[in-house]
Amino acid sequence: MVTFTLNGQERTFDGDPDTPLLWVIRDFEKLTGTKYGCGVAQCGACTVHLDGMPRRSCVTPIATIEGSDVVTIEGVSGKEADAIKTAWAGLDVPQCGYCQSGQVMSAVALLQMVPKPTDADIDGAMTGNICRCATYHRIRAAIHNAANSMEG
Amino acid sequence: MNWKFAITGVATLCLFVGAGTVLSPASVAQDAKTDAKTLKPAASFQSIASERERSVALFQEAGKVIQHPRCVNCHPATDRPLQGANMRPHQPPVFRGDGGMGLPGMQCTTCHSAENTPVVGQADTIKSIPGNPAWHLAPIEMAWVGKSLGQICQQIKDPARNGGKTMDQIVEHMAHDELVGWGWNPGAGREPVPGTQAEFGELISAWVKSGAACPAS
Ligand code: FES
Ligand code: FES
Repeated sequence: MVTFTLNGQERTFDGDPDTPLLWVIRDFEKLTGTKYGCGVAQCGACTVHLDGMPRRSCVTPIATIEGSDVVTIEGVSGKEADAIKTAWAGLDVPQCGYCQSGQVMSAVALLQMVPKPTDADIDGAMTGNICRCATYHRIRAAIHNAANSMEG
Repeated sequence: MNWKFAITGVATLCLFVGAGTVLSPASVAQDAKTDAKTLKPAASFQSIASERERSVALFQEAGKVIQHPRCVNCHPATDRPLQGANMRPHQPPVFRGDGGMGLPGMQCTTCHSAENTPVVGQADTIKSIPGNPAWHLAPIEMAWVGKSLGQICQQIKDPARNGGKTMDQIVEHMAHDELVGWGWNPGAGREPVPGTQAEFGELISAWVKSGAACPAS
């Protein structure tokens, strides 16, 4: 039995300890905002925050997160999340949207670590989040807008 | 096996190439394969009379581990690690960052955990994500990519390029360091480095005791 916090609530999981966190979030907790893209840490669609850090949930066996704090796109909050949400809506960043919860989780984590990121910081943090619709230019612009909106 | 056929086959091959050898190419390949997977024990080098030659031979044997992709991939000459037996640039494109642990927002721990992690329901080409509690890149002064074994040997002995280690500390590091040890336990779908970490540690120890001589190239 694994006990962890999901979006602020204590949860338990009693199945196979090798079950990826992504499966638990989507199939057992029915939070389907977090997406499956590749299953091998290559696309970033499954990104969540694990103890405050971005983490690919598809390669995170549930047994390894005992006592940890998991935040998904449904639960992410705070001033960085608010700024990203406003900036994303302002530029209509998503096209099909499939990659976007992962993009948002990575972008929020970046702003939490680097409040005023340069283009190089954005490249470094977002490199593992693939967008098949190639919304990269809007993602970059929206992260800069979000950072600017948090100033002062 | 059909011996008559095999012997005829070898004889035909010898006749055809005009060579005197009686070794079949298959057995040579088999020996080379076993050789690449094992380490000769340090004691077996005692028969080399010249201490200097023995020392070089010990390091060359240890070099089968040191120059293996499992080790070299995280001793890159740029800020980007390599990946896989064919040593291609790491995907996704990740970079060194502070302490060799990645850039903010994309640290090694975004994907790598404290253990090798089998992946679920995937193609045969990716069976697990490698992991270790100490997962990180070797510092740039310890870059091995593009260097000869002799150059790596000099580098390992140089405190300016080995993390300020004494030779005793080098022996300890090679024989017991946890991340070095990952090379023998690299997870499903990845070839381990040859031999065992204990055998490797004994080779390095014997190399140091015999004067830590380096191969010329
Ligand atoms: S689904 Fe996890 S990185 Fe692609
Ligand atoms: S918006 Fe379609 S994959 Fe990114």
